[in-house]
Amino acid sequence: MQVLMGQLLIGLINGAFFAVMSLGLAVIFGMLNIVHFAHGAMYMLGAFAAWMGLTYLGINYWASLLLAPLVVGALGVLIERLLLSRLYKLDPLYGLLMTFGLALLLEGLFRRFYGVSGQNYPMPPELSGGRNLGFMFLPNYRAWVIVASLTVCFATWFLIEKTRLGAYLRAGTENAKLLQAFGVNVPLLVTLTYAYGVGMAALAGVLAAPIYQVSSMMGSNIIIFVFAVVVIGGMGSILGSILTGLGLGLLQGLTKVFYPEASQAVIFLIMALVLLVRPAGLFGKEA
Amino acid sequence: MKPRSLAVHLSGALLSLLAGVAFANDKPPAKPATPTPPKAATLSDEVIKVGVLTDFSGVYSDLSGQGSLIAAQLAVDEATGGTGKLLGKKVELVSADHQNKADIAASKARTWFDVEKVDAIFDLTNSATALAVQELGKEKGKVVIVTGAGSTALTGKSCSPTGIHWMYDTYSLATGTGAALLKEGGDSWYFLTADYAFGHALESDTSAVIKAQGGKVLGTSRHPLNTNDFSSYLLKAQASGAKILGLANAGGDLINSVKQAKEFGLVDSGQRLAGLLVFITDIHSLGLETTQGMYLTEGFYWDLDDKSRAWSKSFFERAKKQPTMTHAGVYSSLYNYLKAIEATGTDDAGTVIKHLRTLTINDPVIRNGKLREDGRLVHDMYLLQVKKPSESKKPWDYYSVKQTIPGEQAVKSLALSECPLIKK
Repeated sequence: MQVLMGQLLIGLINGAFFAVMSLGLAVIFGMLNIVHFAHGAMYMLGAFAAWMGLTYLGINYWASLLLAPLVVGALGVLIERLLLSRLYKLDPLYGLLMTFGLALLLEGLFRRFYGVSGQNYPMPPELSGGRNLGFMFLPNYRAWVIVASLTVCFATWFLIEKTRLGAYLRAGTENAKLLQAFGVNVPLLVTLTYAYGVGMAALAGVLAAPIYQVSSMMGSNIIIFVFAVVVIGGMGSILGSILTGLGLGLLQGLTKVFYPEASQAVIFLIMALVLLVRPAGLFGKEA
Repeated sequence: MKPRSLAVHLSGALLSLLAGVAFANDKPPAKPATPTPPKAATLSDEVIKVGVLTDFSGVYSDLSGQGSLIAAQLAVDEATGGTGKLLGKKVELVSADHQNKADIAASKARTWFDVEKVDAIFDLTNSATALAVQELGKEKGKVVIVTGAGSTALTGKSCSPTGIHWMYDTYSLATGTGAALLKEGGDSWYFLTADYAFGHALESDTSAVIKAQGGKVLGTSRHPLNTNDFSSYLLKAQASGAKILGLANAGGDLINSVKQAKEFGLVDSGQRLAGLLVFITDIHSLGLETTQGMYLTEGFYWDLDDKSRAWSKSFFERAKKQPTMTHAGVYSSLYNYLKAIEATGTDDAGTVIKHLRTLTINDPVIRNGKLREDGRLVHDMYLLQVKKPSESKKPWDYYSVKQTIPGEQAVKSLALSECPLIKK
């Protein structure tokens, strides 16, 4: 029972991670209709931005939490304006290929200069250590990760579902031309959405930096899972990706108790089942 | 052109097309070989060509990769006295990325042997690629020297008369680290094992040592290759109450599990970590704060003595990092291979290996090395402990040498060998 409680809590923490990552993907897919394969690379860039800030400029963890997403978001603006905006009229496949190529380029670049073993990002002193919950030892940093991720997820959900800006966004997703006719600057909205999406990936990267090694490969290790989460939740569904992220984290935690060897496969098993029964995903609208 | 060689050419061409960037390290292919007229010297052709086939871009590229090529170049320079020529023939070094795939490694090696007249292949980090290429070397009668891979099968049931396993195997790592920790009271273990052949081999070799000496294995968690998050497994290890957490994984998996074991307080609560395959690049990347006190076994450490320091200095000048055990092994194996060609006047695999068997190898890397019938180079190994940050006096000053393990203790005895070449 103790083991089970511990594993469920761990699952929830990992699920929170999945949720932040897949939320960014869902937002980008919803607005730009692009399957954003560079999301893992953006996550890696966020972690590297934090590491470089600390190593070269002495910027601490808390400042990085704000700065790294801004820097990566600014890069996102460039990418969207210079590259992606040229592809909107084409088949979505081109966007997938472009972002996939971009991811390979960025990862190759960082591998060239920083190798594959990765860089060590120290735990911020305020969050090191941990407490004994009776059924498990919970490092303070993990507790922080779950609080931070859930806050970001629900803030995003609120922004999109409950505010005027969010209403524009949703309208843009439904019918961009009509929205533009009402005098809303749709291309700007698209650019900002993309920047927000990659900024969230970068934030996840900063959150991950003290736990995992900051390395060029860290993004490609996680991206496949995150895609599975988005597919299960329903492409483009905001609430779907948050809930699916958390749910799959829990499920993976359970699998690790009963049959650890299957802990990765279980996510894809669920994905296959969902695609068979509800091809649009658990929370997706049938096209 | 015979159909067979046409097929070889075609597959070579297709392969280079498919692999694209991956073969950026390739030298341009040599001209199709023309039959050489017999000469006084018994070299097979006009050049002595050696290849470094390893991981240049994947998870093992830090511990082998470009550094192995630098080490190979150092060996060529030294063996030829800087002239690049041996017995009046040019020594040429080629390299390629096997991308950790056995099929790519095998087809590259086939092209090298058949078309480009490569005489010997080195490094082969990753056991699957090493086994595939060694098998091919056996078929073609070419020398294959493995320094980067650890599978005991290379000199066990898959042994080859033309294959040499130069640096380390899972058995030597397991016995070194396992036995040492048992002696210090670490008699209950929990394993964190990468769920593939290599991890299983490390785990079972180490378990055998532990059980033989009265220790207990309390549990095992097997994780898929390239896992990011180890917290679930670490919780189980913590709950087991084992004194030692044995890490039967490598590369990124090892790095992340060590980092998270620290985070989850395993180390602070008195459990000790035993890395069963740790390279100095892993320690460099994790830092001493996280890794201090960890035990590990290696076949080489740059700061062993004056000889190893002098060689490592010349490596450092080119690579800007200290050599790993794999880098050092590539240097040592290639240097001794070239010297054997010089001594025997031929590049015939059988003759060269026969000559190597007569030597006791003592170079900047290998101490008391004797080449066994099954292809295993038996030499001293070192039990190392990672220093505390306060004990580290200079860059890369990471280990204190706890014990020199004599070669015979570090390898499986021939009496237990599954190698068909050993007559019992």
